Amino acid sequence: MVLAIAVPIIAAAASPLLAWREPIYIAAGFSGVVSMCLLLLQPLLAGRWLPGLTPVASRQWHKWCGLALIAAIFVHVGGLWITSPPDVIDALLFVSPTPFSAWGVIAMWAAFAAALLGLARQRLGLRFRIWRLGHTGLATITIIGSVVHALLIEGTMEVMTKWALCGLVLLASARTLAKLRVWDVRRRV
Amino acid sequence: MAGVTFSRRSLVLASGAALATGAAGLLVPARAKSLAPTSSMRGGSNNYRPGAPIVDRIGGGGFWMTGTVRRAGDGAPLPGQRIQIWAHTTEGHERDPQSHGATLTDANGEFRLEMPQIVPAFGQPHGHLAYDSGEFETVFLRPIMGSSKDKTLAAHFVLQPA
Repeated sequence: MVLAIAVPIIAAAASPLLAWREPIYIAAGFSGVVSMCLLLLQPLLAGRWLPGLTPVASRQWHKWCGLALIAAIFVHVGGLWITSPPDVIDALLFVSPTPFSAWGVIAMWAAFAAALLGLARQRLGLRFRIWRLGHTGLATITIIGSVVHALLIEGTMEVMTKWALCGLVLLASARTLAKLRVWDVRRRV
Repeated sequence: MAGVTFSRRSLVLASGAALATGAAGLLVPARAKSLAPTSSMRGGSNNYRPGAPIVDRIGGGGFWMTGTVRRAGDGAPLPGQRIQIWAHTTEGHERDPQSHGATLTDANGEFRLEMPQIVPAFGQPHGHLAYDSGEFETVFLRPIMGSSKDKTLAAHFVLQPA
């Protein structure tokens, strides 16, 4: 678990591209890598796969990791904006020449929506399984969008560790969705 | 015999291929085909700094940006046209003034400018080129390198009188 997260970050830290980047651009890039690592933790916490964590602690960590993910997305997009404003404006308006930009922007909005749904769960007063289907649906869009976004990019992440991390994120997500049977919205009897 | 001889099989194959090509609209009779002008690419003008100086080389060099400039319609090469070039390289970001330079096309409408190695930025190893001198319509190009290890990148302009 620690290895799965540490190895891609260490590999990215050894990227030759870093030599030709300013600190703010480097920070923006690493926020993206950290976001992908948090996307691995999120389904593991939601599915209560991590040993030694009670269900309540697992959910608390899921909440904090989610908020950290939102913060990391802000640093990622904000840092890229400072590095090259026109490229980020193009991406946000869906007119970027790079195909991975749209995937990233869709993933970002889905993550914001999933977080809001998470924070407003009690206020919304939705039946739990209906709420959960909405939250996991948005989370699934975030995960698929982020994985495609990352795989299409030629950046600081090293190829093998990037594919491995993305594979683990998809695997963890699929296992959790299956374990919780999120598509089953019938009332419990 | 020097002429082309067809066996029955090759004749059938050749005429079949010609028919298919014609049906696909690819076979046109020889006539003065009008050369369409190049459109600007998405994101081509990002981080453009108008009026980049004409230079012998951008920075320390080691990488070549090449291309051609022709006139729309008849495709005649356009000599003496100013092409502005910028990119994220080993010596600076796209926005840095030292990453920008310009060159002129030669008598054959060709240009080549030495510049530092382009490195991947914003997810792709790419360069930017502009024709923005007024005589023809402005065009911004953003070609992508096949591999970030390439030592050269080409971009071609077909310009339309303004």
